[in-house]
Amino acid sequence: MSTKSKSIESKTDFNQDDRLKKVSKLKVLLNRPELGALGGAILVFIFFGIVAGDTGMFSAYGILNFLDVSANLGIIAIAAAMLMIGGEFDLSIGSMIGFAGICIAIPAIYWGWPLWMSIIFAFSMAVLVGYFNGILVVRTGLPSFIVTLAMLFILRGATLALTRLITGRTQVPGLRVLIENDPIAWIFATDTFKWLFTWLGSMNLIALRTDGTPLATGIPPSVIWFIALAILTTWILMKTRYGNWIFASGGDKNGANNVGVPVGRVKISLFIGTAVAATIFATIQVLDAGSADTMRGTLKELEAIAAAVVGGCLLTGGYGSAIGAAFGAIIFGTVSMGIFYTDVDTDWFKVFLGAMMLIAVIFNNYIRKKVTESK
Amino acid sequence: MSEYLVQFNNISKFFGKVIALKDVTMKLRKGEIMCLLGDNGAGKSTLIKTLAGVHKPDEGEIIFEGEKIVFDSPKEALDIGIATVYQDLALVSLMSVTRNFFMGREPLKGPPFFKTFDIEKANKIAAERMGQIGIDIRDPSQAVGTMSGGERQCLAISRAIYFGAKVLVLDEPTSALGVHQASVVLKYIVKAASQGLAVILITHNVHHAYPVGNSFTVLNRGKSLGTYEKKDISREKLLSMMAGGEELDKLEVELKEMNRISS
Repeated sequence: MSTKSKSIESKTDFNQDDRLKKVSKLKVLLNRPELGALGGAILVFIFFGIVAGDTGMFSAYGILNFLDVSANLGIIAIAAAMLMIGGEFDLSIGSMIGFAGICIAIPAIYWGWPLWMSIIFAFSMAVLVGYFNGILVVRTGLPSFIVTLAMLFILRGATLALTRLITGRTQVPGLRVLIENDPIAWIFATDTFKWLFTWLGSMNLIALRTDGTPLATGIPPSVIWFIALAILTTWILMKTRYGNWIFASGGDKNGANNVGVPVGRVKISLFIGTAVAATIFATIQVLDAGSADTMRGTLKELEAIAAAVVGGCLLTGGYGSAIGAAFGAIIFGTVSMGIFYTDVDTDWFKVFLGAMMLIAVIFNNYIRKKVTESK
Repeated sequence: MSEYLVQFNNISKFFGKVIALKDVTMKLRKGEIMCLLGDNGAGKSTLIKTLAGVHKPDEGEIIFEGEKIVFDSPKEALDIGIATVYQDLALVSLMSVTRNFFMGREPLKGPPFFKTFDIEKANKIAAERMGQIGIDIRDPSQAVGTMSGGERQCLAISRAIYFGAKVLVLDEPTSALGVHQASVVLKYIVKAASQGLAVILITHNVHHAYPVGNSFTVLNRGKSLGTYEKKDISREKLLSMMAGGEELDKLEVELKEMNRISS
C-alpha cells in the first residue's frame, strides 16, 4: 500500500464543497460511455412497440425469446468489451465457442466421462487458450488482431479435424440424457422462476399450451448468466483496483507500466476472460440443443465486438463500459428476433447491424474528442 | 550521514562503442534544485534513465542517504524514493483525475478478498492535493484530457510527491508549455523543494532553469562540464556553455563581420 509521505504542503483551508462545482446530473450522464447504447435500446423497443406491438413479440414468450438471444450474445460481448477497454481484441471467440462445445461433447459421449468433468475440462481448455493468446500478445508485442486471427483459424480447424478424427462426423448429439442429476450441468441448463410463470399461467395472464402449462416456462439460464456477468464486470470496472488497471492498461500501456500497473498480467487475464465467456456461451447452447456442432459460434466474435462498440468501447482501448456492451447486445438480439414479427425480410438484419455499428463508431469518436479536448 | 541526500559519483554508461555518459558527478542536498542542462544529444535521457533505474551505470556509484545502492529495476528506485516524471507524464487522458492520481496504487477498503477501490477517499485526496497547488479541479472524476498541459504536469509531480518521493527527477517539465503555464509549474517545483525534496530538473531552457535552480550541471556530448552554484555563474555564461561556447562566439564574430560589410 501507499506510504503517505509526510505532508509536503502545509494544510491549506480546504473545503471540498467549495471546490466541487455542482455538475448537473444530466451532464454526468451524457459523459457516460453507455449512453448511446441505452438510447439505442430504448429507440429499438419503441420502434418494435409501434410496428410489432400486437404480434406477440411482447408476450412473455416473445420477450423471453429475444432476451435469450440478446443474453447469449451479451455474455461474450461483455467479455469482449472488457478486453477492448484493456486495449486488445479477441477474434478467436467464435472459434472458441465451437472448440468448447466439442470439448464437452466428445469426452462425455465418446470417452464416457461424466458430464460435469467434461464441462470442467472445457473450461480448463478455455483458460489455456486465453492464457496462450494473452502471453503471445504480451510477449511478442504483436497486435492482438493478428495473433487472435491466427487463433481463429487454428481453433476452428482443430475443432473440425479432431471431431472428424474421433467421431467421423462434424456433430456430436446425445447430450440431453446426461444433464439430469449432473452436479454441474444444471448451472447452465435450468430455467428459473418457473413458479412465477406457472402462477402467471394459472391466472391466465400469459399464453398457455393446450395442456394448460404456460408457453414460457421460465427464465432461461443465459439470461441469468448475462445479468450476473453484467453486474460483476460493471462492479469490477467501477469499484475495484483491477478495474482501474484495465482502464490504465488500455489507455496508456507504457504510462501504466511506469507507475506500477502489471499491464501484462491484466491483459492475459482479460484474454482468459473472453475464452471463458465463450465457453459459458458454448456450454449453455450445447446443453440446450443437446448436441455440439463444430461450426457453432462462427462469426460470433465480430458480433461481440460490434455490440461492444455500440456499447461505447473505443477501438483504441481505455474507454468503454460493460453495461454498455450489454445494451449493445440487447439491441442486436431484439432486432434480430423482432424483425421476424415485422414484414421486413430478415435478410436486412445484417444491414442494420452494420449501419448501427457505423453510427456508433462515429458517435464514440465524437465523445472521445470531447473527453480528451482541453477545456 | 553526509550532507548530501543523494550523490551520483563518476557515472559512466556505454552502449557498445558509444560513450553515452562519461564521469558525470552530481550531488544534491535536501531542498535543493539542481538543473541539468544540455543540448539535444548531450546524454540527458541516458542520465535520467540511469537515475531512474532503467539503465545500470557501467562505472561509478549512486549514494543515497549515505549508503551505496544499485538499482535492478525502476521500481527499486521508486521504492527508496527516487521518482522520475517523464515527459509523457504516465497519465491516461481518458481516465479521471482521481483514477490517474492513484493509478497502480489505489487505496483499498473492505474485507480481504473483497477489497474495493476506495473511490471516495481517492477523490478526496486527489481534490485536496490538486487544491493545495492551486489547481481548481471542478470535479476529480473529470477526465485528465480536459486539463491544461501545466495542470497535467503538476498532477504528475503532485502524485510523485504524495507517494513518497524524496528525490524528484523531472524530465523537461516545461518544454511543451506556454510562458504562463511554465511559470506555474516552476513555482510548484520551487514549493516542492522548499518542503525538503531534492529536485533534479532536466531542461534545455536556461531561462526556465536559471530562476529556480540552486546549482547547474551542464552536460555536453556525454560529459559534465562541471557543476556551478548560482552565485558563481551567470545566465549568459550558462547559455554559452550549453551551446558549446566557441561556436556561439564564432557566430557572433561572423555576424559582426557581415554587419560591417553591409553597412
